[in-house]
Formats: sequence, structure tokens, C-alpha cells
Amino acid sequence: MRYAMAIDTKKCVGCSDCVVACQTENDVPIGYCRDWVVEITNGTYPQLETELRSERCNHCENSPCVRCCPTGASHYSEGGIVMVTKNECIGCSACITSCPYDARFVHPEGYVDKCTFCLHRVKKGMKPACVAVCPTKCMYFGDLDDPRSEVSEVLKKRKYKTLIPEAGTKPQLYFLI
Amino acid sequence: MKSRRQFIKISSLSAAGLVFGGGLLETFADNLLKTNQSYFKGPYDFSRTPTYCEVCFWKCAGWVHKDENGRIKKIIGNDDDPNCNGRFCPRGTGGVGMYTDEDRLKTPLLRIEKNGEQTYREASWDEAFDFIASKMNQIKQEHGAECTALFTHGSGGKYFGKLLKGFGSNNIAAPSYAQCRGPREVAFLATFGQGINSPENTDIRDTKCLVLIGSHLGENMHNGQVQEMSDAIDKGTTIITVDPRFSTVAGKSKHWLPIKPSTDIALLLSWMNVIINEDLFDKKYVEKYTFGFDQLKAYVQPFTPEWAYGITTIKPQQIRETAREMANAAPATIVHPGRHVTWYGDDTQRLRAVAILNALLGSWGRRGGFYKPEKAFVPHFHLPDFPKPNKNWRDAMSGKYKLADLALASGVCDASIPSPEMSCAIKGWIVNGTNLINTLPDQKKTIAAIQALDLLVVVDTMPMEITGYADVVLPECTYLERYDSLRISQGREPSIALRMPAVDPLYNTKPAFWMARELAKKLDLLQYFPFETIEEEIDWELKQVGSSLEEMQRIGVKRLEREVDDLYFGEDEDVEFNTNTGKIELYSTALEEEGFDPMPVFTQHPEPSEGFYRLIYGRAPMHTFSRTANNPNLTDLMDENSVWVNPKVAKEWDLTNDQYVYLENQDGVISDFKIKVRITERIRWDSVYMVHGFGHTDKRMKRAFGKGISDTQLITNVMIDPVMGGTGMRGNFVTFRFDNKKTEV
Repeated sequence: MRYAMAIDTKKCVGCSDCVVACQTENDVPIGYCRDWVVEITNGTYPQLETELRSERCNHCENSPCVRCCPTGASHYSEGGIVMVTKNECIGCSACITSCPYDARFVHPEGYVDKCTFCLHRVKKGMKPACVAVCPTKCMYFGDLDDPRSEVSEVLKKRKYKTLIPEAGTKPQLYFLI
Repeated sequence: MKSRRQFIKISSLSAAGLVFGGGLLETFADNLLKTNQSYFKGPYDFSRTPTYCEVCFWKCAGWVHKDENGRIKKIIGNDDDPNCNGRFCPRGTGGVGMYTDEDRLKTPLLRIEKNGEQTYREASWDEAFDFIASKMNQIKQEHGAECTALFTHGSGGKYFGKLLKGFGSNNIAAPSYAQCRGPREVAFLATFGQGINSPENTDIRDTKCLVLIGSHLGENMHNGQVQEMSDAIDKGTTIITVDPRFSTVAGKSKHWLPIKPSTDIALLLSWMNVIINEDLFDKKYVEKYTFGFDQLKAYVQPFTPEWAYGITTIKPQQIRETAREMANAAPATIVHPGRHVTWYGDDTQRLRAVAILNALLGSWGRRGGFYKPEKAFVPHFHLPDFPKPNKNWRDAMSGKYKLADLALASGVCDASIPSPEMSCAIKGWIVNGTNLINTLPDQKKTIAAIQALDLLVVVDTMPMEITGYADVVLPECTYLERYDSLRISQGREPSIALRMPAVDPLYNTKPAFWMARELAKKLDLLQYFPFETIEEEIDWELKQVGSSLEEMQRIGVKRLEREVDDLYFGEDEDVEFNTNTGKIELYSTALEEEGFDPMPVFTQHPEPSEGFYRLIYGRAPMHTFSRTANNPNLTDLMDENSVWVNPKVAKEWDLTNDQYVYLENQDGVISDFKIKVRITERIRWDSVYMVHGFGHTDKRMKRAFGKGISDTQLITNVMIDPVMGGTGMRGNFVTFRFDNKKTEV
């Protein structure tokens, strides 16, 4: 099993609903976020292109954060989801420095926090909160090992890219372009 | 002369030593519990309670989930709701912040004078209502009951409306008309005999070509519409966006036409020219359903793409290409009417051009164009007739704006400014859920009208600027703490939705139904409020349509059967349109009768002088005007607006990204606060852009105070639409200032 997410940059309008849905679902304190929206505009008026994408932890297959964690708090869970065990985390922030995607932050309670792909929901057969709420339905989630999963199907049909592939982390967040 | 009504800020409040939420409040709350127990009744043991969202007018239905401590955890869309299909937008998802906001209004306030200074003191509900009732009666005796008015942009307005009508006034206005969508309603009424209403009857789901003119879907999160647009993108629908700004949706469009602002009518006329002259229009449809084609054809002859190029800066080839693309997809083409369309004062005519274009393409009443919406019919309990008002705001307009099909908020405001021509000015306002200071253009005029009032009652959840001018402030509980009237939406399928309280009201706040009814008691108008509680009223109404309060508490949304089967006109169906000729009027007889151009005319609008830039404003997806400006969840996503500046302009002014500047408009008005510069290619060099709803001046809203600037403050040139009184707001020009000192004249 290999959980992954695909995000359609052609449909995303950058509304940040994913951010606020994650905050309420996961009790992320105001002022912090596990996911965020990036806007990149290229060109000069009037030859322009804008890409909008919702970003979060890439749940890398080769995660520098897991490798560098001195206590084993950062670990791989079901389907390759990268998780942090709160009470094993000493808040040393090594993982924050190692992450090429800047996906982690120190929670005000002292431990490192980040996206969990809403594992607690996924275990119940639900989609992550961001995917479920998105008004443009621009996010797809599922098991890459299942060729019929939503995410496998959409990656077969569409062109995609990953972020900073040169870091060699094998990210599991795919951006449809 | 010292102004009679000083704007009261928090500083004066604290000087008077007021503490909100003190023991006094609890006593009042206790008394209320005793006198009106049933209002608090609610099955709070529900694991989730239904609501419909109040953060914007789309009113999506959803579920409020609570945690094990009974606190609101999250709000999720209701899968059965056609307005949202189970997916809330960021504002709905962050709606819980409307409830948790610690800066909310907490108890009734009365304006008093203390040591020569005006301030507020906490009051009991009874005192507040006594004061309002006595003032209203005084206005009735001295000027007549019709000299009272209601401004509303919220669900509670319905009950104050009933109160006012019972009292003898029908001056009931929403700024969503003359400041927003009014021109499109009048234009479509004049053309098709039917308005667009809300949610729009645009069949985006099945369209093949969507044309957006200054309408930035995706930045305005009109939920169902954005969802359908996203599906349309999936299906490869052609999107054509006309906008001086590279909006979010422009970035998703096959064609972006970076038009010179204020020239849209020229583009629309040239599109008609191409579609008619290249024989691309729907001949059968035009012949069967329309009136005035020959006049239109003759009229548009001079408006070639080459003519339009000189005006709009859009290349003739691009005009032709996009016209052909629209025609190829027709009738599954939507030339979208937009929503906030009060731009240049000729807006009804521009929207007429939009309507005519849709008629030529045969898209009205056709799949992928505009469907026939249906609204659920829910009977209301029969009330005694309302007294007939002797006059209303229209009498102050000396026969102008006769085609306005709803009251003009700006008109009622104007009618409150005493003038020799008027026999009776409006003397009392109730304002519910709309911050008129930031909603109506020309703040000075709004404040002048307020100064002339004998009574200003503001009902709101937040200490918006308008509350600082009130004589009485009534704190409404949020939508998560109250029942409201049923949501009855139009759509492909008619639907109804229930809002019920998820939690008890915080502080000493109350729902509008209760306030209006208590006031009705004082004013002897209880006959208009036959039900003691809103639950009973809703239950009665629901039973008329085969449901019940109990059922709706379980399901939240109910879809009802359509009375008319078809969403679209049938093949060769004979259709009678509700116009003078019974046809779709390409040539408008109604406009002609009133002395207006029967076909849209392009007029040149003033352009910015050197060093000035046209002020364009819009929406951000995570905010609803100023309503959400202090919401903790939503300010976390965006806490200030920025001014978008083209790099060429930035270079001229030596501006850098994230620098803060003041803006000054053509009339010398300097913004109260500074705004952050965002240098971006996404805006034309002759314009600047900002999101509306920021720059709050009321310190009681701690997160919103002083963040960004208010476009409304800089909109002092208002171009009135002569057809229906809409307030055109895009004719203002600003320049950059590095200090806010007044220039010596």
C-alpha cells in the first residue's frame, strides 16, 4: 500500500479551504498550518501564466526527516504516511531543517507537527479533510498500489510533476499540470 | 456645530469604565430565560445539527459537529444540498470563527451623554426596546410611520422587515441591489422578462463556453458556481475571460482579453457585430423568440472589431475568434451576467448587451446556457394586512429609477438627507447585518444621512463601524446559535434548508426573531407575530409542504419536486416572455418608454490623469466583504489587503514589494491607513487593484483594526445608473502617497 495525493493545478483556485478545513479537523492552532497555498505567476502582461497549488508534507518514500530523527518519533506508518509520535518528539527541529518542503513546524505544545494525510480519517475509509472539502475537487487521494484508485487513475490520464525531485526524497504529492 | 452623533470608539467606552460580560448581564439573561424559555429549547444532544451558512448570501447548508465537550469542532457541507454538494468554501468552513470571535457584541448598548462626551452604557433588553419603541412612536407622530427604514443583509432582516411593514413603512433595502446586482436584474427583466436572482440560473454544469466579463469566479467563492466551473474545466470547456486583471480564472481561460477598463460595452457591441454579420446567430431562435432583430442588426453595423480595437485595446482578430468560439458552442454558451456589476453608471445598458448576446446565441432556456430555475413554494402563515404606507423612498426620487424592481439602499440613504424638495425625510433606521459605512459608496454622504436621523438602531454580531453611530446597539447571536427562517433557494431542483442552533448563545446575545417580536409587543404589533417562537412558525410552514421541524432537524436539507418538468425550452416550444411584446426584447420597449436607449450605447468614461490609476476592487475567496474581517480563522488566512501594482508603475514610483503606502483619490481623500504594495504583472499599468472589506477604523475589532485600507473610503465619485439608481463605483482614481499629511491648497 502506498498512499499518495494528486493536486490539479488547473482546477485549484487558491481559496485556502484546504487550510482552514485541516485546521478545524486537526485542531491546528490559529497561526499555524499543515497545508498552504502557493501562487506562481510567470510572464509579462498580457502573456501570463499562473499556477496555484495546495502544498503539504510530501510523505516522501525516502524521507530525510525520518532518517535524521534522533528519537524515532518521525516514522513511516501505514501506506508510507510519515507520522510524528508526539510524546517521543523532543522538539529538536532536526527534521524541520532536513525537510526540503518546509512542511514541518514546532507546535506551541513543543512537539513537531505536520500533515498526516488525515490518517485517522483514512483508517475509517474517509478522505483527508482537505480533499473532502475542496470546492473545486482538485485533490485526489488514494493507494498508488491499487491501479483503480482515484489517484492512480488520474496519474495515468494526466501530466504531472513533483516538487524538488532532485532532492531524491521520492515525494508522494503529485501536481497535475 | 458639534455633530449630534459622535462616532463612539472603544477609548471612550473604557473611559466610562464599562466592563462587558459582568454580573449585570447574567441577571438579564436569567430574566430572559424565565420570560422566554421556549426560545432556548433545542435538541442539543444531536451529534450534529443542521445549519445553513450565514457567512455569505449563497447560504450553503451544512452540519455543525461538536466535540465531546459540546464545543463546536467543525462545520461540514450537507451532501444533499444543491448549493454546496457537501463542500463548504473556506468562509463556511471557517464560520466557527464568527462564534468564537471574542470581539463580538455582547450586550445591548445605549448611547448616553456623560460629562459632555457621548458614550455607550450597557442596557437591559427591555430598556433598549423601550427606547426604540418610544423613538419610533415619536417619529410616527411627528413625521409618519413611513419615515422609518430597514437596511438588511442577513437572515434576521426578514423579521425586522415584518415589524417595519406592520408599523407602516416599506422602506426596506438591501445593499445587494443598488450596490451590487441590481443592474443585471433590470437588464435581464427588460430583455427576457425574468431576472437572474440567486443562485444564478447559469447552466455552467453543461456549458461548452463560459464568458466572464469582470466576473472573477474562484475569487468570489459563490460555491455551487465555482464547483460547476471546476467540473467544466475538467471537461475542457472553453473559458473566455475579459478583465484588466489577470484574475485567477483568467489563468484558467483559453482566451484572456486584457481589456482597457470601462470599455466593455464596445467589446460587447463588436461581438454582436461579428455574430450578426458572419451569420453566426441562432436564426431559428431569434426569429421565433425575439423582438427587434432588424433594428439591432442595423444598429450594430458601425461597431466592427476594428472600431472596438481602438477603444478596448483588444485585437480585432481576437474579437472575431472569441465571437466564433462562442457561436460554435451555442446554445451551450454562457455570457455570464456577473454579480457585482455596479461599475460605471451605464451598467444596466452593459448588462443589456450581455443579455442580447445570450439571446443571439440562443442560450436563454437552453442546456449549457441558462436553465429555468424553480423555487420551492412554502406558504407563510396568513397575517393581517399591513397598513399601506403613505409614501416611500421612491417619493424622494422625483420619479427617477422607476425600473428598479427593489428598493435602493443608496436611495433610502439619500432620502434621509433633509432637502427642501422633500416633504418627508426618513428619520429612523434599523440596520441589520450590513456595515453601511463600508457598503455604501461616498462615506461622507452616508454619515451626513446618519447625522440627520432621530433614531439609528444597529443589529449585528460584530462592532462594525456602523455600530459606532448607533443610538442603540442590539447584539445578535451568530447563525450557529439560532434558528432562522427556512432557506428557500431557487435552482435546478427547488430545495429548503433548516438552520437551528448548535449551541446556546454566548454572552447576552439574541436572535432577530426574538428581538423583532419583543419590539412588536412594545409597538402593539403582535398580530404580525402570531407564533410565540420561531420553531413553531417553521414547523407550521414545514407541515404545509409535507415535512416538519423534527424531520428537518434530522436531514437539514430537503429537495422538493419541480412543478415544471423541463429545465430548458422544448423543441419549438412556444414561450411567452414577460415583456411588453411577449418576446425576448433585443430592442427594449420598456427602456424606450422610460426615455432610455432601447439598445445599449457605448459611452466613453473619464480616464485617470497622469500619476493616477483606476481603482479596481474585488473579492478574496476567504472573506465576505467586511463581515469576516475579524474572524479569527479567516484573518489567519488573510489579515490585510494589498494594492496590486504593475511593475512598470512600481518602477516609476520606486515602489518595492511589501512596502506600505497611503493612497489618495482624485478628490484628495487620503486613506486612513497604509496598504502593502504587491508588485505583479497580473494588473494593467493603468489600474491598481485591491480586495474590498479591509481598513477597519473601529478599534473594538482588534484583528481588523487598521489592517489594509478601505476601497469604499476612496470611492467618492459615484456614477449613478439613470435606469435603476445603481451606484457605479469604478470611476475613481488613486495615486501613491508616502505620508498622510493633507496637501496645502
